[in-house]
Amino acid sequence: MSTDTAAAPKKESLFSKKNRRLLSDPLDDSNPITVQVLGICSALAITVQLQQAVIMSLSVLFVMIGGNVIVSLLRNLIPDRIRIIVQLVVVASLVIIVDQVLKAFQPDISEKLSVFVGLIITNCIIMGRLEAFALGNKPGPSFLDAIGNAMGYAWILLAVSIVREVFGSGAISLPGMGQVKFLPSEWFMSEGGFYENNNLMILPPMALITVGIIIWIQRSRNQSLIEEN
Amino acid sequence: MEYLSIFVKGIFIENMIFAYFLGMCSYLAVSKTVKTANGLGLAVIFVLGITVPINYLLENYVLKEGALQWISPEYATVDLSFLSFIMFIAVIASMVQLVEMIVEKFAPALYGALGIFLPLIAVNCSILGGALFMQDRQYPSIGEATVFGLGSGVGWWLAIVAIAAIREKIRYSHVPAPLKGLGITFIITGLMGIAFMSFMGIEI
Repeated sequence: MSTDTAAAPKKESLFSKKNRRLLSDPLDDSNPITVQVLGICSALAITVQLQQAVIMSLSVLFVMIGGNVIVSLLRNLIPDRIRIIVQLVVVASLVIIVDQVLKAFQPDISEKLSVFVGLIITNCIIMGRLEAFALGNKPGPSFLDAIGNAMGYAWILLAVSIVREVFGSGAISLPGMGQVKFLPSEWFMSEGGFYENNNLMILPPMALITVGIIIWIQRSRNQSLIEEN
Repeated sequence: MEYLSIFVKGIFIENMIFAYFLGMCSYLAVSKTVKTANGLGLAVIFVLGITVPINYLLENYVLKEGALQWISPEYATVDLSFLSFIMFIAVIASMVQLVEMIVEKFAPALYGALGIFLPLIAVNCSILGGALFMQDRQYPSIGEATVFGLGSGVGWWLAIVAIAAIREKIRYSHVPAPLKGLGITFIITGLMGIAFMSFMGIEI
Protein backbone atom coordinates (compact mmCIF):
# COMPACT_ATOMS: atom_id res chain seq x y z
CA MET A 1 0.00 0.00 0.00
CA SER A 2 2.83 2.42 0.79
CA THR A 3 4.23 2.32 -2.74
CA ASP A 4 1.31 3.99 -4.44
CA THR A 5 1.47 7.07 -2.21
CA ALA A 6 4.88 7.93 -3.65
CA ALA A 7 3.68 7.40 -7.21
CA ALA A 8 0.93 10.00 -7.03
CA PRO A 9 2.41 13.44 -6.73
CA LYS A 10 0.42 15.10 -9.52
CA LYS A 11 -2.95 13.46 -9.49
CA GLU A 12 -3.95 12.24 -6.06
CA SER A 13 -4.77 8.56 -6.07
CA LEU A 14 -7.98 7.42 -4.43
CA PHE A 15 -5.95 5.40 -1.95
CA SER A 16 -3.36 8.00 -1.05
CA LYS A 17 -2.29 8.36 2.54
CA LYS A 18 -4.61 11.32 3.07
CA ASN A 19 -7.56 9.42 1.71
CA ARG A 20 -6.82 6.37 3.80
CA ARG A 21 -6.93 8.61 6.84
CA LEU A 22 -10.46 9.56 5.82
CA LEU A 23 -11.36 5.93 6.26
CA SER A 24 -9.45 5.17 9.43
CA ASP A 25 -9.80 8.37 11.45
CA PRO A 26 -13.52 8.09 12.10
CA LEU A 27 -13.02 4.65 13.59
CA ASP A 28 -11.09 6.08 16.54
CA ASP A 29 -9.62 9.59 16.65
CA SER A 30 -12.62 11.37 15.21
CA ASN A 31 -15.31 8.82 15.84
CA PRO A 32 -18.67 10.36 14.95
CA ILE A 33 -20.37 9.24 18.15
CA THR A 34 -17.77 9.38 20.88
CA VAL A 35 -15.71 12.34 19.67
CA GLN A 36 -17.75 14.43 17.23
CA VAL A 37 -20.97 13.80 19.21
CA LEU A 38 -23.07 13.24 16.11
CA GLY A 39 -25.87 10.78 15.59
CA ILE A 40 -26.45 9.88 19.20
CA CYS A 41 -30.24 9.63 19.09
CA SER A 42 -30.51 6.57 16.92
CA ALA A 43 -27.38 5.00 18.35
CA LEU A 44 -29.05 4.80 21.72
CA ALA A 45 -32.61 4.01 20.87
CA ILE A 46 -32.23 0.99 18.63
CA THR A 47 -29.45 -0.88 20.40
CA VAL A 48 -31.67 -3.26 22.37
CA GLN A 49 -31.04 -6.03 19.84
CA LEU A 50 -28.13 -6.72 17.53
CA GLN A 51 -30.27 -7.29 14.45
CA GLN A 52 -31.83 -3.85 14.69
CA ALA A 53 -28.39 -2.33 15.06
CA VAL A 54 -27.13 -4.18 11.97
CA ILE A 55 -30.07 -3.05 9.85
CA MET A 56 -29.74 0.51 11.14
CA SER A 57 -26.01 0.59 10.41
CA LEU A 58 -26.57 -0.63 6.86
CA SER A 59 -29.30 1.96 6.31
CA VAL A 60 -27.08 4.74 7.59
CA LEU A 61 -24.20 3.48 5.42
CA PHE A 62 -26.40 3.61 2.33
CA VAL A 63 -27.86 7.04 3.09
CA MET A 64 -24.46 8.48 3.97
CA ILE A 65 -22.76 7.28 0.82
CA GLY A 66 -25.63 8.43 -1.35
CA GLY A 67 -25.97 11.77 0.40
CA ASN A 68 -22.27 12.56 0.50
CA VAL A 69 -21.70 11.71 -3.16
CA ILE A 70 -24.80 13.52 -4.44
CA VAL A 71 -24.20 16.66 -2.39
CA SER A 72 -20.54 16.62 -3.36
CA LEU A 73 -21.51 16.44 -7.05
CA LEU A 74 -23.96 19.30 -6.57
CA ARG A 75 -21.69 21.37 -4.35
CA ASN A 76 -21.01 24.09 -6.92
CA LEU A 77 -24.68 24.40 -7.86
CA ILE A 78 -26.19 24.73 -4.39
CA PRO A 79 -26.73 28.35 -3.31
CA ASP A 80 -25.33 28.89 0.15
CA ARG A 81 -28.52 30.26 1.70
CA ILE A 82 -30.73 27.30 1.00
CA ARG A 83 -28.14 24.56 1.35
CA ILE A 84 -29.74 23.02 4.45
CA ILE A 85 -33.04 22.54 2.67
CA VAL A 86 -31.34 21.09 -0.40
CA GLN A 87 -29.40 18.67 1.79
CA LEU A 88 -32.55 17.70 3.65
CA VAL A 89 -34.36 16.95 0.41
CA VAL A 90 -31.51 14.77 -0.87
CA VAL A 91 -31.30 12.87 2.42
CA ALA A 92 -35.06 12.56 2.80
CA SER A 93 -35.40 11.01 -0.65
CA LEU A 94 -32.72 8.44 0.16
CA VAL A 95 -34.39 7.65 3.48
CA ILE A 96 -37.73 7.13 1.77
CA ILE A 97 -36.03 4.50 -0.42
CA VAL A 98 -34.57 2.77 2.64
CA ASP A 99 -37.89 2.89 4.46
CA GLN A 100 -39.81 1.38 1.56
CA VAL A 101 -37.22 -1.37 1.06
CA LEU A 102 -37.28 -2.25 4.76
CA LYS A 103 -41.08 -2.32 4.83
CA ALA A 104 -41.05 -4.69 1.87
CA PHE A 105 -38.28 -7.11 2.89
CA GLN A 106 -37.89 -6.86 6.68
CA PRO A 107 -41.38 -5.91 7.89
CA ASP A 108 -40.97 -6.95 11.53
CA ILE A 109 -37.65 -5.14 11.98
CA SER A 110 -39.10 -2.11 10.24
CA GLU A 111 -41.92 -2.26 12.80
CA LYS A 112 -39.44 -2.35 15.69
CA LEU A 113 -37.34 0.50 14.33
CA SER A 114 -40.59 2.51 14.05
CA VAL A 115 -39.85 6.21 13.72
CA PHE A 116 -36.11 5.80 13.86
CA VAL A 117 -35.73 5.01 10.17
CA GLY A 118 -37.41 8.31 9.40
CA LEU A 119 -35.17 9.98 11.89
CA ILE A 120 -32.10 9.07 9.82
CA ILE A 121 -33.06 12.25 7.93
CA THR A 122 -32.23 14.36 10.95
CA ASN A 123 -29.44 12.12 12.12
CA CYS A 124 -26.82 14.76 12.79
CA ILE A 125 -24.08 12.44 11.57
CA ILE A 126 -25.36 12.74 8.02
CA MET A 127 -26.04 16.47 8.06
CA GLY A 128 -22.81 17.06 9.92
CA ARG A 129 -20.67 15.26 7.35
CA LEU A 130 -22.53 16.89 4.46
CA GLU A 131 -21.87 20.33 5.95
CA ALA A 132 -18.35 19.66 7.09
CA PHE A 133 -17.03 17.54 4.27
CA ALA A 134 -19.13 16.92 1.17
CA LEU A 135 -19.80 20.61 0.52
CA GLY A 136 -16.10 21.30 0.13
CA ASN A 137 -14.66 18.16 -1.41
CA LYS A 138 -14.72 16.07 -4.57
CA PRO A 139 -17.01 13.03 -4.84
CA GLY A 140 -14.15 10.50 -4.41
CA PRO A 141 -12.94 11.66 -0.99
CA SER A 142 -16.54 12.31 0.05
CA PHE A 143 -17.36 8.70 -0.75
CA LEU A 144 -14.50 7.50 1.47
CA ASP A 145 -15.45 9.94 4.21
CA ALA A 146 -18.99 8.56 4.14
CA ILE A 147 -17.78 4.98 4.45
CA GLY A 148 -15.38 5.85 7.23
CA ASN A 149 -17.93 7.72 9.29
CA ALA A 150 -20.66 5.15 8.75
CA MET A 151 -18.22 2.46 9.92
CA GLY A 152 -17.26 4.51 12.96
CA TYR A 153 -20.95 4.83 13.73
CA ALA A 154 -21.60 1.16 13.07
CA TRP A 155 -18.98 -0.26 15.40
CA ILE A 156 -20.27 1.74 18.36
CA LEU A 157 -23.80 0.63 17.56
CA LEU A 158 -22.78 -3.01 17.31
CA ALA A 159 -20.71 -2.87 20.50
CA VAL A 160 -23.52 -1.28 22.52
CA SER A 161 -26.16 -3.62 21.18
CA ILE A 162 -24.05 -6.74 21.79
CA VAL A 163 -23.49 -5.71 25.41
CA ARG A 164 -27.14 -4.87 25.92
CA GLU A 165 -28.53 -7.96 24.25
CA VAL A 166 -26.12 -10.43 25.84
CA PHE A 167 -26.73 -9.15 29.35
CA GLY A 168 -30.33 -8.11 28.85
CA SER A 169 -31.72 -11.13 27.03
CA GLY A 170 -28.93 -13.71 27.26
CA ALA A 171 -28.96 -14.04 23.50
CA ILE A 172 -27.69 -12.66 20.22
CA SER A 173 -29.83 -12.00 17.19
CA LEU A 174 -28.88 -11.48 13.57
CA PRO A 175 -31.15 -10.54 10.68
CA GLY A 176 -32.53 -13.68 9.10
CA MET A 177 -31.38 -15.98 11.92
CA GLY A 178 -33.64 -14.98 14.76
CA GLN A 179 -32.45 -14.97 18.36
CA VAL A 180 -29.80 -17.46 19.44
CA LYS A 181 -29.77 -18.08 23.18
CA PHE A 182 -26.41 -18.73 24.86
CA LEU A 183 -27.72 -20.86 27.68
CA PRO A 184 -30.09 -23.83 27.52
CA SER A 185 -33.56 -22.38 27.78
CA GLU A 186 -34.44 -24.35 30.93
CA TRP A 187 -31.67 -22.48 32.80
CA PHE A 188 -33.60 -19.22 32.55
CA MET A 189 -35.62 -18.12 35.55
CA SER A 190 -38.76 -17.84 33.44
CA GLU A 191 -38.51 -21.57 32.71
CA GLY A 192 -37.85 -22.49 36.34
CA GLY A 193 -34.04 -22.30 36.14
CA PHE A 194 -31.53 -20.18 38.06
CA TYR A 195 -30.44 -17.55 35.51
CA GLU A 196 -32.21 -14.22 35.61
CA ASN A 197 -31.69 -11.71 32.80
CA ASN A 198 -30.61 -8.24 33.77
CA ASN A 199 -33.71 -6.39 32.64
CA LEU A 200 -32.13 -3.04 33.38
CA MET A 201 -29.92 -3.51 30.30
CA ILE A 202 -32.97 -3.45 28.05
CA LEU A 203 -34.24 -0.17 29.45
CA PRO A 204 -33.25 3.08 27.69
CA PRO A 205 -30.97 4.56 30.40
CA MET A 206 -28.49 1.70 30.14
CA ALA A 207 -27.74 2.62 26.53
CA LEU A 208 -26.47 5.98 27.74
CA ILE A 209 -24.39 4.44 30.47
CA THR A 210 -22.92 1.85 28.07
CA VAL A 211 -21.88 4.56 25.63
CA GLY A 212 -20.45 6.53 28.58
CA ILE A 213 -18.32 3.54 29.50
CA ILE A 214 -17.15 3.09 25.89
CA ILE A 215 -16.08 6.75 25.91
CA TRP A 216 -14.28 6.18 29.19
CA ILE A 217 -12.34 3.22 27.81
CA GLN A 218 -11.54 4.96 24.54
CA ARG A 219 -10.28 8.13 26.21
CA SER A 220 -8.18 6.39 28.78
CA ARG A 221 -6.41 4.59 25.94
CA ASN A 222 -6.15 7.69 23.78
CA GLN A 223 -5.29 10.51 26.17
CA SER A 224 -5.29 13.18 23.46
CA LEU A 225 -9.09 13.06 23.35
CA ILE A 226 -9.56 14.13 26.98
CA GLU A 227 -11.56 17.34 27.37
CA GLU A 228 -10.65 20.28 29.59
CA ASN A 229 -13.92 20.43 31.47
CA MET B 1 -58.67 15.75 31.36
CA GLU B 2 -57.53 14.09 28.17
CA TYR B 3 -55.41 17.13 27.34
CA LEU B 4 -53.78 17.23 30.76
CA SER B 5 -52.96 13.55 30.51
CA ILE B 6 -51.25 13.95 27.10
CA PHE B 7 -49.36 16.99 28.36
CA VAL B 8 -48.04 15.32 31.52
CA LYS B 9 -47.25 12.15 29.60
CA GLY B 10 -45.19 14.16 27.10
CA ILE B 11 -43.19 15.83 29.85
CA PHE B 12 -42.49 13.04 32.27
CA ILE B 13 -43.40 9.58 31.07
CA GLU B 14 -42.55 9.73 27.38
CA ASN B 15 -39.84 12.34 27.76
CA MET B 16 -38.14 13.02 24.44
CA ILE B 17 -34.67 12.76 25.94
CA PHE B 18 -34.92 10.12 28.59
CA ALA B 19 -37.28 7.68 26.91
CA TYR B 20 -36.52 8.16 23.20
CA PHE B 21 -33.16 9.97 23.07
CA LEU B 22 -34.46 12.45 20.55
CA GLY B 23 -32.47 15.62 20.07
CA MET B 24 -29.47 14.23 21.91
CA CYS B 25 -26.93 15.98 19.71
CA SER B 26 -27.93 19.50 20.60
CA TYR B 27 -28.76 18.35 24.11
CA LEU B 28 -25.14 17.34 24.62
CA ALA B 29 -23.58 20.22 22.72
CA VAL B 30 -25.53 23.17 24.12
CA SER B 31 -25.86 22.09 27.75
CA LYS B 32 -22.70 23.69 29.06
CA THR B 33 -24.45 26.71 30.63
CA VAL B 34 -28.01 27.08 31.88
CA LYS B 35 -28.60 30.32 29.99
CA THR B 36 -28.03 28.97 26.49
CA ALA B 37 -29.71 25.69 27.39
CA ASN B 38 -32.77 27.62 28.46
CA GLY B 39 -32.83 29.56 25.19
CA LEU B 40 -32.55 26.47 23.04
CA GLY B 41 -35.16 24.68 25.15
CA LEU B 42 -37.64 27.51 24.68
CA ALA B 43 -36.94 27.53 20.94
CA VAL B 44 -37.67 23.80 20.82
CA ILE B 45 -40.98 24.23 22.71
CA PHE B 46 -41.95 26.99 20.29
CA VAL B 47 -41.01 25.08 17.14
CA LEU B 48 -42.65 21.84 18.32
CA GLY B 49 -45.80 23.73 19.31
CA ILE B 50 -46.05 25.16 15.79
CA THR B 51 -44.87 22.32 13.58
CA VAL B 52 -46.81 19.46 15.17
CA PRO B 53 -50.26 20.98 14.47
CA ILE B 54 -49.20 22.06 10.96
CA ASN B 55 -47.95 18.58 10.23
CA TYR B 56 -51.15 17.18 11.76
CA LEU B 57 -53.21 19.12 9.22
CA LEU B 58 -50.88 18.00 6.44
CA GLU B 59 -51.15 14.38 7.54
CA ASN B 60 -54.93 14.38 7.83
CA TYR B 61 -55.87 16.47 4.81
CA VAL B 62 -53.15 15.55 2.31
CA LEU B 63 -51.05 12.53 3.11
CA LYS B 64 -53.14 9.86 4.81
CA GLU B 65 -54.97 7.25 2.78
CA GLY B 66 -58.25 8.82 1.76
CA ALA B 67 -57.25 12.18 3.15
CA LEU B 68 -57.74 13.90 -0.17
CA GLN B 69 -61.44 13.05 -0.14
CA TRP B 70 -62.29 16.64 0.68
CA ILE B 71 -61.33 17.63 -2.87
CA SER B 72 -63.49 15.07 -4.60
CA PRO B 73 -64.66 11.54 -3.74
CA GLU B 74 -62.60 10.00 -6.53
CA TYR B 75 -59.40 10.64 -4.55
CA ALA B 76 -60.60 8.38 -1.72
CA THR B 77 -58.03 5.69 -2.48
CA VAL B 78 -55.00 7.94 -2.90
CA ASP B 79 -52.33 7.18 -0.30
CA LEU B 80 -49.47 9.66 -0.20
CA SER B 81 -48.08 8.59 3.15
CA PHE B 82 -44.74 7.59 1.58
CA LEU B 83 -44.19 11.31 1.04
CA SER B 84 -44.63 12.14 4.71
CA PHE B 85 -40.91 12.32 5.59
CA ILE B 86 -40.16 14.84 2.89
CA MET B 87 -43.29 16.95 3.60
CA PHE B 88 -42.69 17.02 7.35
CA ILE B 89 -39.07 18.00 7.00
CA ALA B 90 -39.94 20.74 4.52
CA VAL B 91 -42.48 22.23 6.94
CA ILE B 92 -39.99 22.00 9.79
CA ALA B 93 -37.12 23.54 7.86
CA SER B 94 -39.21 26.51 6.75
CA MET B 95 -40.69 27.08 10.23
CA VAL B 96 -37.21 27.04 11.72
CA GLN B 97 -36.09 29.62 9.20
CA LEU B 98 -38.99 31.80 10.36
CA VAL B 99 -38.19 31.37 14.05
CA GLU B 100 -34.58 32.20 13.31
CA MET B 101 -35.57 35.45 11.64
CA ILE B 102 -37.88 36.40 14.52
CA VAL B 103 -35.25 35.68 17.17
CA GLU B 104 -32.60 37.58 15.23
CA LYS B 105 -34.87 40.62 15.04
CA PHE B 106 -36.29 40.70 18.56
CA ALA B 107 -33.65 39.03 20.73
CA PRO B 108 -30.20 39.60 19.20
CA ALA B 109 -28.44 38.63 22.43
CA LEU B 110 -30.13 35.25 22.44
CA TYR B 111 -29.37 34.91 18.73
CA GLY B 112 -25.69 35.49 19.41
CA ALA B 113 -25.68 32.96 22.24
CA LEU B 114 -27.40 30.22 20.28
CA GLY B 115 -25.24 30.85 17.24
CA ILE B 116 -25.07 27.85 14.99
CA PHE B 117 -27.60 25.82 16.94
CA LEU B 118 -30.70 27.69 15.85
CA PRO B 119 -30.48 26.57 12.21
CA LEU B 120 -29.64 23.14 13.54
CA ILE B 121 -33.07 22.92 15.21
CA ALA B 122 -34.19 21.95 11.72
CA VAL B 123 -32.15 18.80 12.06
CA ASN B 124 -32.93 18.34 15.73
CA CYS B 125 -34.43 14.88 15.83
CA SER B 126 -36.93 15.85 18.52
CA ILE B 127 -38.80 18.09 16.07
CA LEU B 128 -39.14 15.51 13.31
CA GLY B 129 -39.62 12.87 16.02
CA GLY B 130 -42.57 14.85 17.36
CA ALA B 131 -44.15 14.87 13.90
CA LEU B 132 -43.53 11.16 13.36
CA PHE B 133 -44.88 10.17 16.78
CA MET B 134 -47.94 12.30 16.08
CA GLN B 135 -48.43 10.34 12.85
CA ASP B 136 -47.80 7.04 14.61
CA ARG B 137 -50.22 7.64 17.46
CA GLN B 138 -53.13 8.96 15.41
CA TYR B 139 -54.35 11.71 17.72
CA PRO B 140 -58.09 12.26 17.21
CA SER B 141 -58.03 16.06 17.04
CA ILE B 142 -55.69 18.91 16.29
CA GLY B 143 -55.99 20.14 19.88
CA GLU B 144 -54.56 16.92 21.24
CA ALA B 145 -51.77 16.97 18.69
CA THR B 146 -50.83 20.52 19.69
CA VAL B 147 -50.86 19.64 23.38
CA PHE B 148 -48.65 16.66 22.62
CA GLY B 149 -46.20 18.90 20.77
CA LEU B 150 -46.07 21.42 23.58
CA GLY B 151 -45.75 18.71 26.24
CA SER B 152 -42.83 17.06 24.46
CA GLY B 153 -41.21 20.45 24.04
CA VAL B 154 -41.55 21.23 27.74
CA GLY B 155 -40.12 17.82 28.56
CA TRP B 156 -37.12 18.50 26.33
CA TRP B 157 -36.63 21.96 27.87
CA LEU B 158 -36.79 20.47 31.36
CA ALA B 159 -34.19 17.84 30.50
CA ILE B 160 -31.69 20.23 28.93
CA VAL B 161 -31.99 22.83 31.71
CA ALA B 162 -31.54 20.14 34.36
CA ILE B 163 -28.43 18.68 32.72
CA ALA B 164 -26.98 22.15 32.14
CA ALA B 165 -27.38 22.97 35.84
CA ILE B 166 -25.66 19.73 36.80
CA ARG B 167 -22.84 20.33 34.34
CA GLU B 168 -22.24 23.81 35.72
CA LYS B 169 -21.74 22.33 39.17
CA ILE B 170 -19.80 19.25 38.17
CA ARG B 171 -16.94 21.42 36.98
CA TYR B 172 -15.91 21.70 40.64
CA SER B 173 -15.76 18.00 41.35
CA HIS B 174 -13.06 15.43 40.63
CA VAL B 175 -14.28 13.51 37.63
CA PRO B 176 -11.79 10.93 36.29
CA ALA B 177 -9.95 12.65 33.43
CA PRO B 178 -11.12 10.36 30.58
CA LEU B 179 -14.73 10.81 31.67
CA LYS B 180 -14.60 14.60 31.70
CA GLY B 181 -17.07 16.39 29.48
CA LEU B 182 -18.91 13.97 27.25
CA GLY B 183 -18.48 10.75 29.22
CA ILE B 184 -19.83 11.99 32.52
CA THR B 185 -22.70 13.75 30.76
CA PHE B 186 -23.77 10.45 29.24
CA ILE B 187 -23.67 8.69 32.57
CA ILE B 188 -25.55 11.47 34.38
CA THR B 189 -28.20 11.44 31.67
CA GLY B 190 -28.53 7.71 32.14
CA LEU B 191 -29.03 8.14 35.88
CA MET B 192 -31.58 10.91 35.28
CA GLY B 193 -33.34 8.57 32.87
CA ILE B 194 -33.56 5.92 35.59
CA ALA B 195 -35.05 8.54 37.91
CA PHE B 196 -37.57 9.58 35.28
CA MET B 197 -38.59 5.96 34.84
CA SER B 198 -40.25 6.14 38.23
CA PHE B 199 -43.00 8.16 36.53
CA MET B 200 -43.82 5.16 34.35
CA GLY B 201 -47.23 3.68 34.92
CA ILE B 202 -48.69 6.84 36.40
CA GLU B 203 -52.18 7.31 35.02
CA ILE B 204 -53.95 10.62 35.09
